[in-house]
Amino acid sequence: MNYRLLLSISKTHLLSRKKQSIIAALGVTFGIGTYIIMMGFMHGLNGLLDGLILNRTPHIHLYNELKPTELQPLEKAYEYRGKIIMVQSIRPKRTQNHIKNALPIIEFLEKQDYVRGITPQVKAQAFYLGGQTQLNAIITGVNVLKEAEFYNLNDYIIEGDAESLNNDENGILLGAGVAKKLSLHFGDHIQLASTKGDIQSLKIVGLYQSGLAEVDNIQSFVNIKTAQRIMGKQSNYITDINIKLYDMAEAPSLARKLGDILGLTAVDIQTANAQFDTGTTVRNIISYAVSITLLIVAGFGIYNILNMLIYEKMNDIAILKATGFSGDDVKRIFIFQAIIIGFIGGLIGLVFGYGVSVIIDNTPFDTDALPTIKTYPVVYRVRYYVIGICFAMISTFLAGYFPSKRAKKIDPVDIIRGQ
Amino acid sequence: MAVILKTENINKSFHVPVQFQVLKDISFEIDKGEFVSIMGKSGCGKSTLLYVLSTMDTDYTGELWLEDELLTGKPADRLSQIRNERIGFVFQFHYLLAEFTVLENVMLPAKKLGLKSLQEIEHEAMEKLKLLGIDDQALKLAHRISGGQKQRVAIARALINNPSIIMGDEPTGNLDSKNADIVFDIFKELSDVEKLTLLVVTHDEDFAKRTDRIIEMADGKIFKHSHNHNA
Repeated sequence: MNYRLLLSISKTHLLSRKKQSIIAALGVTFGIGTYIIMMGFMHGLNGLLDGLILNRTPHIHLYNELKPTELQPLEKAYEYRGKIIMVQSIRPKRTQNHIKNALPIIEFLEKQDYVRGITPQVKAQAFYLGGQTQLNAIITGVNVLKEAEFYNLNDYIIEGDAESLNNDENGILLGAGVAKKLSLHFGDHIQLASTKGDIQSLKIVGLYQSGLAEVDNIQSFVNIKTAQRIMGKQSNYITDINIKLYDMAEAPSLARKLGDILGLTAVDIQTANAQFDTGTTVRNIISYAVSITLLIVAGFGIYNILNMLIYEKMNDIAILKATGFSGDDVKRIFIFQAIIIGFIGGLIGLVFGYGVSVIIDNTPFDTDALPTIKTYPVVYRVRYYVIGICFAMISTFLAGYFPSKRAKKIDPVDIIRGQ
Repeated sequence: MAVILKTENINKSFHVPVQFQVLKDISFEIDKGEFVSIMGKSGCGKSTLLYVLSTMDTDYTGELWLEDELLTGKPADRLSQIRNERIGFVFQFHYLLAEFTVLENVMLPAKKLGLKSLQEIEHEAMEKLKLLGIDDQALKLAHRISGGQKQRVAIARALINNPSIIMGDEPTGNLDSKNADIVFDIFKELSDVEKLTLLVVTHDEDFAKRTDRIIEMADGKIFKHSHNHNA
C-alpha cells in the first residue's frame, strides 16, 4: 500500500497548522510526562517506605514466646476426663527465653533451599550508665555483617560502620538517641550494666539511627559474643532466629510449618506488616488513576482537534476521494495524524518526565528515618517508559479513530454538490 | 469507433425530503475521442448524472460501462481505483489541496496509483503543467495562485494518469470570460490534438456549441442529441 503517500499527506496537514498540532501534542506530553514522574516518584517512595520497614523485617522471625501452658496437668489426668475442672490463678511456667538447640536448628535451616539467609540474634536487657543516670537498654547481639547484608543495617549507621563493630568484641553500635542523652560521641566509651549488675565498658564504634525515637533511645547493637558475655551465657545462647527467604510470598506457609516442626513461635512478615502492602497498593492505584485521567483529557483534546480538522478538510477529503483515494485511505490519513501526535507528544513526554524525575531525584530531602537518604527517592525503570509510549500511542489512536471513521464516511458528492 | 462510456436505462431517485425521480432512463454512449457536453437548466439532473457517471454516486439503477467493464455494483474500493486510474475530474470550484504546492497537487493521483517512480511522476507532472502553460507556478502553494490558474492545475491533475475520459462539472462556471475561454481552448486542444475523450456538464450555451456533441437534458431525461459538425 502507499502508506508513505498517506503519511506525507498527514504530515503536510499537521505542519500546515503547527499551533494546533503542538497543542495537541503538548496534551500527550503532559499526560505521559506526569505518568513517568508519578510512577518513578511513587515507586521510589514505595521503595523508601518498604526499606523503612519491610527490608528491616525478617521474612520469618522465630523465637520462644512466653505463654501460659495450654493444657494444665490436671486436665491430662485420666480420672478427671469429662469432669468440669476449675483452676484459678494460672501462672506461666518458668522457662528459658532462649531457643533450645539453637545451633542445630540454624544448621538445619541453612541447608533449606528456600532460605536466603539466617541471622541469629541475642536479645539482652541492660542499662546504660551515665554518671548517676541509668537508662533502659535493649542490646541486640548480632552477626553484624549478615545484618548488613540482609537487612541493610549499614543504611542506619550514621557514623562508623558495620565492619568496625565486627572487628571489635568490645565495640557497640549505640542508638543515636542514647548517645545524645548521655552526650556521648563516636569513639567514646559507654558503661553497660546487665540485669544481674555486672558492669561492662564498651567502645562506641558506630551510631545507629532508625528514625523511630523510641527505638533509638533504647536499642544498641553488639556482636553476638558480646551480648552472650553481658548475659553471662554460653555460645549456644540464641534468643531469636531471623530468616530471609528467596520468595517473600512463601513466608506465611513456611512460618506455620517451621513453627510446628521446631515448637517455636514463628511470625511471618505479612502478618507483622499487613498494613504495608495495602499502602503500596493504594499508592499504585493513585498514580495510575492520575496518569490515566491526564491521558484521557489529552485524548479528548486530540479528538476535538481532529474533529475540527475534518470539518475544515471536507473539501480535501472530497478531492482525495474523487481522485481515487478510498475511504480507508482517508481514514488512515487522519489516524496517522493522531498517531504522529501521540508518538511525538509521547516521546517528548518521556524526555520531560525523565528530566523532572532527575530534578526531583536531586532535590534535597532530609529525613531522620533514613539517615543515608539525602534526596527524594526516584526509580527509573525502562518498563515505565515503554508503557508510557504505548499508552500515548493507544490513547491517541482511539482519539483519532472515531473522527477518522467519520472522515471515511463523508460522501464527496455531498461536498461537491453543496458548494 | 470504440465506445468509452456507455449507460443503459439509468434511473435515480431522491427519497429525502420527498420522493423525486431525478434521472429517468438515461441511455447513451460516448465514443473514444469525442468531446461531449451535457446541457440543461439547473435542476434538470445533469450534475447528478455526472456524479453517477463518475462512480462517486452508486445509488442508482441501470448499468454503467467504462471501456466494456461494467461498473455498476462494483465495491467502493474498486471504484476508487477506477476513478484514480481511468477518470479525470475537473470541478466548477477548483478543489485543490490548499496546503500542498501546485506540483504536489498534480502528482497526487499518480502517487496514489503508484505505477511509476517519483522522478517519473514529477517529470510527467511538470510536462502537464507545461502543456497548460503554468509550469512557472509549480512550486507555489495551491492557495496562492489565481482562480484561472487553479482550474488549469486541476486539469493538469486530471490528466496526470492519462485517463480514459475526463469529466468536467461546470469547469468554466466560476471563471471570468477570459479565463473561461482559456480553459475551453485547453479542452478543445486536448480533444483535437491529444484525442482525449471529454464529457463536460455546462449550462453555458456558447461553451456547449463548440463541442462535438450536445446532450440536452430536461426533467431528468435526455431529449436531444445534437452534433456540431462545424465545431
